[in-house]
Amino acid sequence: MMADKATGHALELVDLRKSFGKTEIIRGANLAVRAGERVAIIGPNGAGKSTLFNLISGRFAPTSGQVLLHGARIDGKKPFEINRMGLSRSFQITNIFGRLSVFENLRCAVLWSLGYRYAFWRFLSRLQDANERAEQLMEMIRLHRKRDTLAMNLTYAEQRALEIGITIAGGASVILLDEPTAGMSKSETTRFIHLIREVTEGRTLLTVEHDMGVVFGLADRIAVVVYGEVIAFDTPEAVRANPRVQEAYLGSVIATQQAGGH
Amino acid sequence: MNPEFFVISLLNGFSYGLLLFMLSSGLTLIFSMMGVLNFAHTSFYMLGAYFAYSLSGSIGFWPALVLAPLLVGVMGALFERYCLRRVHKFGHVPELLVTFGLSYLVLELVQLVWGRSTVPYGLPPLLQGPLFTLYGTQFPRSRSFIMLVALLMLLAVWLVLTRTRIGLVIQAALKHPQMVEALGHNVPRVFMLVFGGGCALAGLAGVIGGNTYITEPAMAASVGSIIFVVVVVGGMGSLAGAFLASLLIGIVQTFAVALDYSLAGALAHVGVQVGEGSVGWPVLKLTISQVAPMLPYLLLVLILILRPKGLLGTRED
Amino acid sequence: MTATHYRFKPWNVGRFLVWTLFALLLIAAPHVFTSSLALTMLSQMGYLIIICLSYNMLLGQGGMLSFGHAVYTGLGSFITIHAINMAGRGEFPVPLVFMPVVGGLAGLFFAVLLGYVTTKKSGTTFAMITLGIGELIAAMALMFPEFFGGEGGVTTDRVYGQGLLGITFGPGIEVYYLIAAYCFTCTAAMFAFTGTPLGRMLNAVRDNPERVEFMGYDTQQVRYRAFCIAGFFAGVGGALAAINFEIVTGVDSVSMVRSGGYLLFTFLGGATFFFGPIIGAVLLVLASVLLSELSKAWLLYLGLVFLFMVMYAPGGVASLIMMNLRLAKYGKLGRLWVSYLGLAGAGLTALLGAAAMVEMTYHLQLNAALGPQLHFLGASINARGLTSWFGAGFVLLTGLGLFELCRREFLRQWGEAQEEIEREIKRQEAL
Repeated sequence: MMADKATGHALELVDLRKSFGKTEIIRGANLAVRAGERVAIIGPNGAGKSTLFNLISGRFAPTSGQVLLHGARIDGKKPFEINRMGLSRSFQITNIFGRLSVFENLRCAVLWSLGYRYAFWRFLSRLQDANERAEQLMEMIRLHRKRDTLAMNLTYAEQRALEIGITIAGGASVILLDEPTAGMSKSETTRFIHLIREVTEGRTLLTVEHDMGVVFGLADRIAVVVYGEVIAFDTPEAVRANPRVQEAYLGSVIATQQAGGH
Repeated sequence: MNPEFFVISLLNGFSYGLLLFMLSSGLTLIFSMMGVLNFAHTSFYMLGAYFAYSLSGSIGFWPALVLAPLLVGVMGALFERYCLRRVHKFGHVPELLVTFGLSYLVLELVQLVWGRSTVPYGLPPLLQGPLFTLYGTQFPRSRSFIMLVALLMLLAVWLVLTRTRIGLVIQAALKHPQMVEALGHNVPRVFMLVFGGGCALAGLAGVIGGNTYITEPAMAASVGSIIFVVVVVGGMGSLAGAFLASLLIGIVQTFAVALDYSLAGALAHVGVQVGEGSVGWPVLKLTISQVAPMLPYLLLVLILILRPKGLLGTRED
Repeated sequence: MTATHYRFKPWNVGRFLVWTLFALLLIAAPHVFTSSLALTMLSQMGYLIIICLSYNMLLGQGGMLSFGHAVYTGLGSFITIHAINMAGRGEFPVPLVFMPVVGGLAGLFFAVLLGYVTTKKSGTTFAMITLGIGELIAAMALMFPEFFGGEGGVTTDRVYGQGLLGITFGPGIEVYYLIAAYCFTCTAAMFAFTGTPLGRMLNAVRDNPERVEFMGYDTQQVRYRAFCIAGFFAGVGGALAAINFEIVTGVDSVSMVRSGGYLLFTFLGGATFFFGPIIGAVLLVLASVLLSELSKAWLLYLGLVFLFMVMYAPGGVASLIMMNLRLAKYGKLGRLWVSYLGLAGAGLTALLGAAAMVEMTYHLQLNAALGPQLHFLGASINARGLTSWFGAGFVLLTGLGLFELCRREFLRQWGEAQEEIEREIKRQEAL
């Protein structure tokens, strides 16, 4: 299956469907993301964006349809299998190791990709490449001053930065970020976007976002998800002009923005 | 194996299974609602039996049948309020541990008050004797009473949960406790109610089980492990699963205890003689009745290998 | 009290010192406590340290609550004792010194066998599975008297073969040093484990299994392998127990009571710190040997202490020590000692009153034939006398009242000290 080589798609969703009991949440989603692209997924609440992420990353298995990573099928696989194939995700609710220090968090995240597996005959302190990589990551996410702070004692923004750090640590080529700037202030968000841009350089990025400023600034293409379907997938300008999108989503957003003076 | 043995054993197994269900249903309710596996659940079962024993002595069995479960329920509610609630913020493991500690404590206190040997908790006159006789084998009234109470209890719980307002609140709090609290319901109080209710059910099982079977300090531990097997085999959090698993284990155990067949005997039946020196003799010579205590746990391991979610499991732990 | 997890990171010199001290303690102990009772207790502590540490690999490091650890210690004991018997008959030429390794391998074998099914689930379900398997093995113990020895168990003679430089392991002191040597090596090995990739990932799985999966690790594999390693050390501990007592019984060694004991005391000692189970093992021996002699109500006291620990100090004795060490590090311990004194005094008074009542009740229940008089801390009190009960009750209530007063004051001072420490930490971080 050399679809990746042929079409260059890093991630593909083919008629993806997911039902919980009788309710169909995802109703035939289709998407083809090119390698190195930055895609933002937007849509009204309850449209199924998080579910899509969960389906792609293996938290749930789809009811039908396919998910292809670099041309290979990953639907129905376990999360760790998918991760080993080159896909990594972050979480909307910060999911780090609270009782470990920042350094330890990052070091854990690089262990598998460096091949240390389940080794119990070597000391972590002696693993030069793991330690160096963890240091590098800390510099990248600008947390090197908080090296030995326990993760649960960081500020919210710092924890989110650590979250991103852990996500990219393993060297995955496809990164999924679930609402990375949720709960941040304006200035924090701007800084965070710079960070995201830096650390995902050269990789494929998929991010769920609500902040339109972030979306239009960061994304190469935008996928609009409404009622479990991708109703539009195009450049920001094209999406902004798309009447279906305007009707379904942007219109209401702009209306609330104008009304609330956001 | 003759038909009368089969029918009587089936009925006995059914009544034992229903008793197990009375216990495991309370446990499942508490677990579904609060995520707490009450390690001391069968300790409340034991308390019910002992309370009923003491109360029957003074006010008679039938008033005790009502009073003892209530007392046990109150104790459960108090425990939830003052101990369990305290450790709730530490997570599920400490919650389990606190109930584990309680089981230790209750065991000691029961032995302190009532002594270490069996107590003569007897059946009231109405429940003595056979309900009917089948080919010369009796089916006791006490066991049919257990079945009756268990089925009534099941009905009552189902009615309360689905038809009353408090039942709906409980069902809602089962899935979304924070939302229910935001709506103005006193969720901690609901928790206390459910925990107390679950314990009262266990106490009720003790009242009727204690005089049919045996009332002794070891009764909590012996039934305790089987209840946990029932809950895991049935599927954590599934009442229907607990029902199925209770009956399955109850019937299998009752049959197994009475059967004296062994693999050696079976082999002899087909003409293969095995004896002391044969390979695997220690396993071959075991009769089913000897193996009976082990069967529920064997079933547990089997289910875990073949169907880890349990028979009707819903909750992903 | 804050729920922060403390990390005790002494300099490497300090670490070297601690381990040397530990070794010296092990070597010197039987010369300080010279009675034969003390020697048995020290020997028991030795292998129980190994067992409790192996248990904490599951509980404290992996977040896996096991109710059936005695399966692995017990089976280790049985395999070892059979191996010793075989060695004694000349069928298995392995000297006694290596028998604990045999036990360890046995523990490992059974952990590999049963562990895969056990670690399929986590959390509460895992606990229930261990309970079920524990009961399974305990039930089996009565079914296979060939292996488990039936009612009388299996006995052995640990003195066999040539001996090594005059050491036959007949005398208790020689067994003690064997146990001590294994205790030191196993403790060091298990401590080293915490600094390995598997050890650290085990902690990660404890804290956030979902995240671990998205870092490429199969959480079940992590837990399974840790389970097997814990099983190995459990087997070593069990083997040493078999060597120590020269008897293993099915009704005892694989029982749920024993599993419960390991759980209780490991937790009491402190599951959140590496050295907590060491304290737990010491407490286990002290309680089961000394406390049980002192009072018939010792299980009741134990249950109460455990309950209070879970509710008020879930990190165990180790966490209490560490919290106070943290205070000392910032120089705040000094001002609390008066409060501590008050708490101790009031607590002791309350305890006295409660204990008197408990002892009287136990006496009436268990020793009724001996008449109503019983000895309580040197004095003779009448269990049936109203004065005794009133007296005890009065002492209890006074103690409780004073305790409550002291407790409030103590909490106030504690809170103050904690705040000051927090501010100090923030100040240092900002530098």
